[in-house]
Amino acid sequence: MSAIVATLRPYQAVFKARFTLLLQYRAAAFAGFVTQCWWGGIKLMVLAAFFRSVRTTPMTFQQAVDYVWLGQAFLTLLPWSVDPEIARMVRSGDVAYERLRPLDAHAFWYARAIARRTATPLLRAIPMVLTAGLLFHVFGMSEWALSPPAGVQAAALFFLSMVLVILLSSAIATLMDIATVAALSERGVNALVGPLVIVFSGSLVPLPLFPDWLQPALRLQPLAGLLDTPFRIYGGHFAGLDALAALGRQAMWTIVLVLLGRLFMRRVMARLQAQGG
Amino acid sequence: MNGLRLYGRYVSVSWRSQMQYPASFIATSIGAFATTITDFIAIWALFARFRQIEGWRFDEVALLYGVISVSFALADGLTRGFDVFGERFVKTGDFDRLLVRPRSTALQLLGYEFRATRIGRLAQGMLAWGVGVHLSSVDWTWTAWGTLLFAVLGGVALFSGILVLQATLAFWTVESLEIANTLTYGGVEAGQYPLDIYARWFRNFLTFVVPLACISYFPAASVLGRVERTGVTGWLLPITPAFGFVFLGVALWVWGFGVRRYTSTGS
Repeated sequence: MSAIVATLRPYQAVFKARFTLLLQYRAAAFAGFVTQCWWGGIKLMVLAAFFRSVRTTPMTFQQAVDYVWLGQAFLTLLPWSVDPEIARMVRSGDVAYERLRPLDAHAFWYARAIARRTATPLLRAIPMVLTAGLLFHVFGMSEWALSPPAGVQAAALFFLSMVLVILLSSAIATLMDIATVAALSERGVNALVGPLVIVFSGSLVPLPLFPDWLQPALRLQPLAGLLDTPFRIYGGHFAGLDALAALGRQAMWTIVLVLLGRLFMRRVMARLQAQGG
Repeated sequence: MNGLRLYGRYVSVSWRSQMQYPASFIATSIGAFATTITDFIAIWALFARFRQIEGWRFDEVALLYGVISVSFALADGLTRGFDVFGERFVKTGDFDRLLVRPRSTALQLLGYEFRATRIGRLAQGMLAWGVGVHLSSVDWTWTAWGTLLFAVLGGVALFSGILVLQATLAFWTVESLEIANTLTYGGVEAGQYPLDIYARWFRNFLTFVVPLACISYFPAASVLGRVERTGVTGWLLPITPAFGFVFLGVALWVWGFGVRRYTSTGS
């Protein structure tokens, strides 16, 4: 038992250090919060007009409202960009030090990525959820407010799914970090992955609103597990066996991408050429 | 050397320096294209599902989106100096150097950098514009084109004005506040749909406070034959982009006030 604790300690330490560091940026988080509210508001006003224009829709307007607010709240969970510090290490050549650590390189970077996806997102999500869930009712904007989860079961599964979101998102982010080492620059990776994540996670437009012929493909692709899966569970769009299957897809993609990351990490580190001097 | 020629010199220097790294220029431009085209994908997806938004069709919204995207891409490429003003000039005290030169500060900041990579955003805006024109049944007369080009000019002036105001704020806050993003990027987001779909207070805000309506919705409605949706007299619509220039004028006046109030952060 103590052997396991000892093995985990360095990963736990890097997680803790990153977490406290990221909590420092409170002003940035506040500016981000105001921007997120504004953005969510515009999105919802547009969606409301679309919903007014037709009779039948694949989701209710309330479900769309919840989807948009949760999307704004958990925006920073998405694997937007390469860890800027790793990008700097690649540029300066410091990335070679990663080979010297008596640690598993992939696990180390994966722990960093998870920390990056817990500290800041928590800061952003809590005020957003409180504002959209409570303040909106107080100010008489109930039709635009975030409603509670579809039930106790939905709430529990939503929570489970959000944990998987963090693990999946971090697995993708770590893959991006590794790709940066191979490409020597983070720019291409960010430019390529960013738009894909925005479109296929459901952050741009709730995935159920895409055309019907695209739905089977959208359901199976890994990026749906970043936002779409937990949000559909929250609103009761996925319930019972559907919800369990969705969680299964999330877990499966997480495992596949972590394994892929380990494989690539070994390859890239074996052929590593340090830049700079 | 007069101001315009000097500005031309600034742009050419900036262009040549960016062309020293052609691969980086191409990659960044493609990245900007890919990132911004997602907005157009959203419009496409929603129209594939809903067919129309309160009577407006896909081609009409594509045109609105194209016009506002092109305007913002141009303004964003030209006003880099104002965008980074807080960090780059106030915090460092470098603004002092601009003040001792015998040229206006606005001209020097305009010439600070011409961002060539904004061609990515420009290209996707023109693509959306082209799709809108191709699918529409409007008679594309010279007047129609002229109206929209004037709208783009007004749009460049309006977005530049917002960035000038953002920079002016840095005289007091030192840091550049990204609050202006809610009006620039947020303006593109809101202005890509016909404004009559929004609640009245929001429409009024986008007409009378930040006149975004004047640089896409009004002129485009006139070209598309949708005058009745705007609630404005028809002959007024094509000339509303002039308010973009008025906005820029006010912004530059406020800027001048800020410059007079400026105290250096020292070195």
